[in-house]
Amino acid sequence: MSEAIDWIAANNVALILAIPFATSLLLLCLPGYRLSARLNAGSAFLTLLSALSLFIHKPAPGSYLLVDDLNIVFIVLNTLVGFTTSVFSASYIAHELEIGRLTTVQLRFYHAMYQILLFAMNLALLANNIGLMWVAIELATLTTVLMVGIYQTHEALEAAWKYFILGSVGIALALFGTILVYMAARPVVGEGPDGMIWTVLIGHAAALDPALLNLAFVFLLLGYGTKVGLAPLHAWLPDAHAEGPTPISAVLSGLLLNVALHAVLRFKLLLAANPGAIAPGPLMATMGLVSLIFAGFMLYRRRDIKRLFAYSSIEHMGIIAFAFGIGGPLANFAGLLHMTMHSLTKSAIFFAVGHIAQAKGTQKLADLRGLTVSHPLLGWGLVAGVVAIAGMPPFGIFMSEFLVVSSTFARQPLLAIPLVIGLLVAFGALMLRLQGVAFGEPSGHSEPVKASYLPLATHLMLVLIAGIYLPPPLVAWFQHVARLLH
Amino acid sequence: MDKFAFDIAHFLAGSLVLVSLMLLYQDRLSALLNVFAFQAVVLALSVSWQAYVQGAPHLYLTAAIALIVKAIVIPVALHRMIRRLGIHREVETALNVGTTMLAGLALVALSIVVVLRVTADAGTLAREDLAFALSVVLLGLLMMVTRRNAVSQVVGFMSLENGLILAATGAKGMPFVVEISVAFSVLVAFIVIGIFLFRIRERFDTVDLQALDDLRERRG
Repeated sequence: MSEAIDWIAANNVALILAIPFATSLLLLCLPGYRLSARLNAGSAFLTLLSALSLFIHKPAPGSYLLVDDLNIVFIVLNTLVGFTTSVFSASYIAHELEIGRLTTVQLRFYHAMYQILLFAMNLALLANNIGLMWVAIELATLTTVLMVGIYQTHEALEAAWKYFILGSVGIALALFGTILVYMAARPVVGEGPDGMIWTVLIGHAAALDPALLNLAFVFLLLGYGTKVGLAPLHAWLPDAHAEGPTPISAVLSGLLLNVALHAVLRFKLLLAANPGAIAPGPLMATMGLVSLIFAGFMLYRRRDIKRLFAYSSIEHMGIIAFAFGIGGPLANFAGLLHMTMHSLTKSAIFFAVGHIAQAKGTQKLADLRGLTVSHPLLGWGLVAGVVAIAGMPPFGIFMSEFLVVSSTFARQPLLAIPLVIGLLVAFGALMLRLQGVAFGEPSGHSEPVKASYLPLATHLMLVLIAGIYLPPPLVAWFQHVARLLH
Repeated sequence: MDKFAFDIAHFLAGSLVLVSLMLLYQDRLSALLNVFAFQAVVLALSVSWQAYVQGAPHLYLTAAIALIVKAIVIPVALHRMIRRLGIHREVETALNVGTTMLAGLALVALSIVVVLRVTADAGTLAREDLAFALSVVLLGLLMMVTRRNAVSQVVGFMSLENGLILAATGAKGMPFVVEISVAFSVLVAFIVIGIFLFRIRERFDTVDLQALDDLRERRG
């Protein structure tokens, strides 16, 4: 047993990438959705184990891959939510097959794409080469485009098209920024591959041409910011969340947005290490604040439940970007914590929403009434999730939002006013919607649904525990990473 | 590097910007595709010149891909698709041509001012190429914003990518990203052509994105 652990730890980085990739090839050949769904979850679990072994053994950075204290947090979160979502996906997909929304061929494609997506996200997080990181994010974008359009309905194709066009523009701008970073690096570190290796770049950051770096960061922030879903570049996000299969909504909100944010943070570090460059923080804080307030008001007018929570993701990514923009150990700590809590809570909400939409046969908020009466477990699960995401104690998001607000008061008191207004606006909208959906007389028809409650319960428990008691080693780890982020 | 090499490189990069401007005032889809194919030819020439000047043989591959895929395969495929599917032959614009052209000129001026100011220390070839490349990128973006048909948006996106390739090849010694970005542009084009346009045609009466806008109204 210990030998097996040693072996996994010694090869963890290779395994994190190889397992999803090999599984996707296998899934493409396998008929039968039961086996595929199990294989999907099993392989995601093995990837999670490999990711956890990063804590035991951290390999030295190579010229393509890198494991440092910053990306371990992202990778573990990524593989964890990837695994729980695959468990949820198994029961979700079984129902979709039953009612004939998906065919077995489409399912085979779906499972293979799911693993490719995990592979691409892990690669983007592990990449030490900014070109490789760009390629991985592009791959993740393309796979999610295909998954969003998988139902092939009018709306799904529209959403996939919109996502594809906006995502590609974002990705293209990010590539231009990447090229500019290379051009800034070339006079300092010489021609060739070194100019794209992040560890080399950060080592020479102070010597890079600040003007070029500034220009590069604008493009990178706009490009990857589109993928983070920051306003005003968020237009793809609600459609993509609402029209695709719900497991994909969970992965999009919980993970892909974080992956893009990780890319932005890497370049923020690069700029912060250069004395002549502009401060990247205010730009990020502004975009974050705009996203928060905009999404907060947009929450009121939603008529579709998945769209509602998609706007809530924009709101929360805004809070996270704002926290990292404010900077300093406390705000960065709050940003990291908030990102983790948001990923867990939002995917839990989508787990509940997915089964609810299947049981009621609709996503329209107006047709969803009295869920706690008609489907007690799912209904109360949703209530707990919404209470958590709205930032009420005792859940973890309360704590991270509290930290964001208090660190803002400490560093930029004036900015705390719009921040608090945005938080309250979003809070009000969510509570208003929750009341209608969860309580009162059940409406419309509803059919029984075989739901998997385990992923939902696990996520909510984790968020609850984090809200009551954060283990000191985790706090120490986050504090350490927060200091790295400046 | 001698002055002659500079002049040729600037001439080719400048032509790319001019062709990007030409894309903006095409009002028929077939003409638009022809101009795009021409832009791809100019890009291929420009990349091969960079390959020759920099002594970087792998860039010839990039040039060949640009020539074969973007100048021949994709335009031919799109031409056939327009004929077979009976797509509207006109380019529908959200903004009239005159205003678009003025906006385009402003973008070119903006990118030249920005890049030349920012890169005062960098090599001459790199900085002027970069200014042209940024112009092409921004013009492609402008085209995507101001066109309503799916096909012309795809053309806008591909011309934007041409600008990226110009920038990447102008950055001397840039590793492996050139090939990969080209491979991805091929993949992107395949996805667009194979899946989206075909299925959009299957489901909608036209590929006009105007029809797609009703999503927002219906769904809120």
